[in-house]
Amino acid sequence: MSYIVKPRFHHPGLQKNDLGYTRRDYEGTLTTLCGGCGHDSISAAIIHAVHDMSLAPHQVAKVSGIGCSSKIPAYFLERSHGFNSVHGRMPSIATGANLANRELYYIGISGDGDTASIGLGQFCHIVRRRINMLYMVANNGTYGLTKGQLSATADPGSKTKFGEESQYDNIDLVSLAIDLGASFVARSFSGDKEQLVPLIQAGLSHRGFAFIDVISPCVTFNNTPFSTHGYKNTWENNVVLSEIDFVPMRKEITARYSAGKEKEITLHDGSVIHLHKTSGDYDPYDRENALYHVNEYKKQGKIATGLLYINQSQSDLHELNDTVDKPFNRLNEHDLCPGGDVLQDINETFM
Amino acid sequence: MSKRKSAKTSKRLSGVNNFVVKFANVNGSGSASANNLFAKSIFRMGIPVSPHNIFPSNIQGLPTWYEVRINDKGYLGRRDGVDLMVAVNEQTIVRDIESVLPGGYVLYDSSKALRPLRKDVNFLPIPLKEICLREFEHPGQRQLFQNIVYVGALAAFLSIDFEVLTNMVSQQFRGKEKLILPNVHALELGYHYANDNFDCPLPIRLKPSRKAKGKILMDGNTAIGLGCVYGGATVASWYPLTPSTSVVDAYGKFCKRMRIDPGTGKRKFSIVQAEDELAAIGIAIGASWNGARAFTASSGPGVSLMQEFLGLAYFAEVPVVLFNIQRVGPSTGMPTRTQQGDLLTCAFASHGDTRHILLFPSTPKECFEFAASSFDIADRLQTPVIVMSDLELGMNDHVCDPLEWDDARKYDRGKVLSAEALEEIEKYGRYADVDGDGIPWRTYPGAHPEKGSYFTRGSSHDAMAAYTEDGNVYAEVMDRLAKKFAGSLKYLPQPEIESEGNKRGMIYFGTTASAIPEVHDKLAKRGIMLDTMRIRSFPFHEEVTRFIDEHELVYVIEQNRDAQLKSLLKIECNATDEKMHSILSYSGVVTSADCIESAILEDLSEMSKLASA
Repeated sequence: MSYIVKPRFHHPGLQKNDLGYTRRDYEGTLTTLCGGCGHDSISAAIIHAVHDMSLAPHQVAKVSGIGCSSKIPAYFLERSHGFNSVHGRMPSIATGANLANRELYYIGISGDGDTASIGLGQFCHIVRRRINMLYMVANNGTYGLTKGQLSATADPGSKTKFGEESQYDNIDLVSLAIDLGASFVARSFSGDKEQLVPLIQAGLSHRGFAFIDVISPCVTFNNTPFSTHGYKNTWENNVVLSEIDFVPMRKEITARYSAGKEKEITLHDGSVIHLHKTSGDYDPYDRENALYHVNEYKKQGKIATGLLYINQSQSDLHELNDTVDKPFNRLNEHDLCPGGDVLQDINETFM
Repeated sequence: MSKRKSAKTSKRLSGVNNFVVKFANVNGSGSASANNLFAKSIFRMGIPVSPHNIFPSNIQGLPTWYEVRINDKGYLGRRDGVDLMVAVNEQTIVRDIESVLPGGYVLYDSSKALRPLRKDVNFLPIPLKEICLREFEHPGQRQLFQNIVYVGALAAFLSIDFEVLTNMVSQQFRGKEKLILPNVHALELGYHYANDNFDCPLPIRLKPSRKAKGKILMDGNTAIGLGCVYGGATVASWYPLTPSTSVVDAYGKFCKRMRIDPGTGKRKFSIVQAEDELAAIGIAIGASWNGARAFTASSGPGVSLMQEFLGLAYFAEVPVVLFNIQRVGPSTGMPTRTQQGDLLTCAFASHGDTRHILLFPSTPKECFEFAASSFDIADRLQTPVIVMSDLELGMNDHVCDPLEWDDARKYDRGKVLSAEALEEIEKYGRYADVDGDGIPWRTYPGAHPEKGSYFTRGSSHDAMAAYTEDGNVYAEVMDRLAKKFAGSLKYLPQPEIESEGNKRGMIYFGTTASAIPEVHDKLAKRGIMLDTMRIRSFPFHEEVTRFIDEHELVYVIEQNRDAQLKSLLKIECNATDEKMHSILSYSGVVTSADCIESAILEDLSEMSKLASA
């Protein structure tokens, strides 16, 4: 509902990236979310991340479902094509879009209702299908647009503004993603841009299905002291399992941390992640170990964040299907139509 | 060996190239390939045939029938009554024998004694089981070859060219030579047994003809799969559902032959078996949005699940192709039986004011052509196109003209702006009606660094694709969509009209077509002359309204209970019930000329009674 036109002027000294674009070139229309909504911080983090990676905005396509979360692709990357589809079905749109053009970067934005309830089936299957994309859930434990019902990610005992208490076990999207074979799984907090931005950058650079569950408080309906998805609880119980720095492929790698304490992970596009282990000997390459830690912290009422799991050896759907390098949407009749003579031969086999 | 006279009764049906043979089998017993061999061998003799599978929704053990009509005049609709029954299913043998016409023939397995059930039919006992037990070692072959033995016997009874049969067996098992000899042996066993024990051929028999020469025998789903390859589809997403499954099977089979990049060996296609039909159409829409040609194939229950996405594609103007191979509804209905029951639900699929382009193929050739051109139509009009086939057309073989492709043909990708074209444009609006035909210009994601991006949404939007709750702006978009549809007719296949200036006519579509020439001729013999119109697309062309206007009375012939085509004609063509009388059939088996003829005769006599009263 952008009734107010967003001003386009910007400070002449605004920093430009390698493509000569400022962050302004990565912005979208004016947000219509509530003031203080975590989702706006996610938009800001995406703008920051994509600008600093020097990705051309038109090389990104944004897809979403329905809900407060799914509105946000309008608020970043205006020069990217976007598709705000139907409730819970963003994964199928993303799958088709990715099949049609394997060269673009795909950012899927969804919410906890969109992914963990109506779209749970599609979420599970896009993880299985290994679509090369970044899938982010703006997770606030509540249905905002319909005014504050509990969602399936709300923890048992968590209370909404109206005092309604969640009675059911919650669906933990991070555990689910790891279990179903996602090859990059992270959790972050909309209030922690320092953590979120490099995760977005790494997720985009990762080849395969990258998933980030972002705790993103709903200031209007689910930000009480009794809500596990509120600012207070998330700040107090956030346990960072592994922290990363991201260095885009074009940049010279200059270590900010002393050698030996960190691990370098080179992604498929040549970008590098610096991984600082902050929680004992946490190993994000170990799937079972990742699941164990996530669940252990959950039992203690803590929220495990950071890069939780990464597997760089997995093929994406195009590799599994062995599709041609040239995007399908650039193939023409010359590439695709077998022609009249071949049809004659086929006719004969049916005579 | 003395020959048993099959003519214990005085009457024996006779006729050359004009009879119905029906096979009653147990499903999962390997009968399908033997029965196909029978039908195709007759087709190879140049004689028109129309085989129908009447099969259960089951893998093994339930009754299944295969009915083959042979008609030299080329009447290939179903015909009621059976001339020769191959009754090899003990579960149904009593009913099967009852369905044979007086003077007809019953081939059965005499390994087990059969109580003579009727005196007015001619029994052709052959000890199929005994022969196979004696001749074959392997238990599987002993079962399987019983079917081949009866095909061999039928060759003798009906004078099928034996060489045609053996050639087909050799072709079928090319590369598996070990299987050719035992199959030919089984054919010979049946052939010789029949010749040695009965007067062969029977009075019903075959004679080589030229009627089907140069034709092909193909099922509609295979033709659609092939049409999708020729039409340039690169993404197929689907969820398995009878009777649509073989569409994607065929597409995949042809792609593996014709869509492999010769340089790299990589694939110029992708098939995704989705988790459900919602995802299946979502994937196709996502791919189409991004500029690939994509389709999904389904049937009633799946199409019901696709409704929300169809509304999105209509409103957000994303091209997509859906093949609906209709089966009997409502609900699960009869999954393996045919119906034309999804017209209304597809014409207006999804909530709000929606409507969709429907194409109605009647033959495999049209399945091929409509499949290929559906992508052009969807791209041109930026909207879903639903190709309405059915189980009868999709899963049965039909004789039709060979498929054709003009190599000069180019794909019509519709109004898509390239990077160069975007350079020239001051301000791009995704939903701006710049040409006045209601069709806006699209861009593909990634087209241009700074121009042409837009936000696709199912929520109300203005010409610039921005969200709006302004009712007037919303109404403008809805009016433009209506204008786009009004202008769609020039891209859609015209109705086929045969007019001799008669006062009455018949309107029909899809698989009803196979019965119509026969209905027309039968009624003409009684002095009842009817013009005909076959509708091939929705929205309807002006000719459809004119045809109704120009006739005193039209019969609207369709295969559903609620007269769905007639309802559409009432809405769209301003026609009344007085002018349009329904001829309906909805038993799950394709309609027949007999059924249509008798319904028309009954209606005419009702009307004359009313007139004289």
